[in-house]
Amino acid sequence: MSSILEINNLSLSFGGVKALQDVSFRVPENTVTTVIGPNGAGKTSLFNCISGFYKPQQGTIRYQGEVLAGVKPPVRAAMGLARTFQNIALFRGMTVLDNIKLGAHVHMKSGLLGSLAYFGAARREEMAVRSHVEQHIIDFLEIDHIRRQPVASLSYGLQKRVELARALAMRPKVLMLDEPVAGMNREEKEDMARFILDIREEWGVTVLMVEHDMGMVMDISDHIAVLNFGQVITEGLPEEVQKNPQVIEAYLGTSDMDSLRKKLNPEQEVA
Amino acid sequence: MRIGDAKQSYEADEAILTSSTQKIWFALFLFALLLFPFVADAYLLYLGCLVGIAVISTTGLNILTGFTGLISLGQAGFMGVGGYTVAWLSANTGLPFPVTLLLAGLLAAAVGILVGLPSLRVKGLYLAIATLAASVFLHFIFAEWESVTGGMGGLSLEPAHLFGLTFQSDFGMYFIIVPLAVLMVLAAKNVFRTRIGRAFIAIRDRDISAEILGINLLHYKLMSFALSSFYAGVAGGLFAYFFRVVTPESFPLSMSIFYLAAVIVGGMGNLLGGILGAAFMTLIPEALKLLTAALTPFYPNAPIFMSPMLEIIFGALIVGFLIFEPHGLAEIWHRIRRFFSLWPFKN
Repeated sequence: MSSILEINNLSLSFGGVKALQDVSFRVPENTVTTVIGPNGAGKTSLFNCISGFYKPQQGTIRYQGEVLAGVKPPVRAAMGLARTFQNIALFRGMTVLDNIKLGAHVHMKSGLLGSLAYFGAARREEMAVRSHVEQHIIDFLEIDHIRRQPVASLSYGLQKRVELARALAMRPKVLMLDEPVAGMNREEKEDMARFILDIREEWGVTVLMVEHDMGMVMDISDHIAVLNFGQVITEGLPEEVQKNPQVIEAYLGTSDMDSLRKKLNPEQEVA
Repeated sequence: MRIGDAKQSYEADEAILTSSTQKIWFALFLFALLLFPFVADAYLLYLGCLVGIAVISTTGLNILTGFTGLISLGQAGFMGVGGYTVAWLSANTGLPFPVTLLLAGLLAAAVGILVGLPSLRVKGLYLAIATLAASVFLHFIFAEWESVTGGMGGLSLEPAHLFGLTFQSDFGMYFIIVPLAVLMVLAAKNVFRTRIGRAFIAIRDRDISAEILGINLLHYKLMSFALSSFYAGVAGGLFAYFFRVVTPESFPLSMSIFYLAAVIVGGMGNLLGGILGAAFMTLIPEALKLLTAALTPFYPNAPIFMSPMLEIIFGALIVGFLIFEPHGLAEIWHRIRRFFSLWPFKN
């Protein structure tokens, strides 16, 4: 299977803090690929590098074979890299419908004069976006009852769903989801898992996800990369990752103090 | 949800006026605007023109500050650019008013883009200071570039003209100012039905995620500055035609604060709020003067007592609105509408 996204030797540091060290992994096309790891492992930093919000000091990100360095975030969005955010980043001054339509921004062309007059091509374009959003996104995500509401009035689970809708309106090739089910109840989680699988199957979108809910990660992922202290420990199929001793150690810790010392101070010989 | 309000098409659903009640009220409002100059006395007509100019400028500043979240203290400066452009063009070219006003708006927009350049880096109070600097700079140019602006003495203008018609009186100017105000507010409303308006609001609410969602921040911030200054330029041009003279003191810094206050009192990010705020800020000082005059027969000392109080009462009213109605006058309007939307079945 070919990779739509390839991360090669990526390093990012803030002053002395190394957020990512020599991170390499690949996202096979049309899969659900999940990045897992303990808090502070660098997962969101990795997403921010892919979005173009952080500039890594070393390494490359290849998207559809093309190196992304120097490409500005809005251009990346237009190329088909869409994402949702860990702490919901909806626009609180707009309704659900306007938030979703905003996602289609990069695929629209009308200029200022057309907008002022709301006439001709500008008007037709707005109508086309509205009908696409209504028929393919609002219907699919089952949020038609809230389309007129301001986003601030919605429950957490629904806000996450609206954020997913907005990302879908960007017509992504790679959809990056930063903790899509955090803080949700069981039913909302099941709904979200079903949406993610449908998006991959029906829309042919590659999903790259960061998530802590191991039950869901193991259920729906095709490929998993494990990050700890800014480094990739392993990547592979869910069942391989589950058995990997280093992963178990990263998540559950270890009782073996020697190995822990070695891990923290690899250069220093343990007496 | 309202009953009997189902729409057959998305177009009908996204119209500005969606129900027949709204259409009827809007038509009545336009009719009242048309009728007003025929029944109003000279003083009311004068106030009507002033409110019209203030509505245009406030709507412009609302686009920038209320919708895009960029605080500007440069509005009076941009209006000055418009005013001087019209004054200079009418003295030197004899172009008709639609052309001079358009050029006034465009030149103000160009200046607005220049002033807006720092907005990519600075926000909030820092941007307010940057635009304040620009407005001081513009004031300096108005006062010192004598060959063009006439220095401290300013420029006086011929009345606005088109196809041999001249608009000398307030009555004539009303028919330029008010239709233009209606058109420009509707155009602003249109902007917020399209991708550009959504981009502005997105920048205000969360600029970083807006950028990751594909909005080029510099492009849209400058577009907001340009649009806002265009409105200011046209308002300034109308101001020049209305008073038939422009001096550096026609566009003082306090005018920028006046418009910022109008946006805040009316309701930031709400076009109706801008209109109400403009009317409030223009009319309340006049209403207070009328109140003084009405009190004089009963308390002969009223003018002596009231005239220094006017500013204080005006200020207290603004503070009162900010405390009791932080979403502005528009929110009061919405509350009244909500009440009547189900009236008389629910109260």
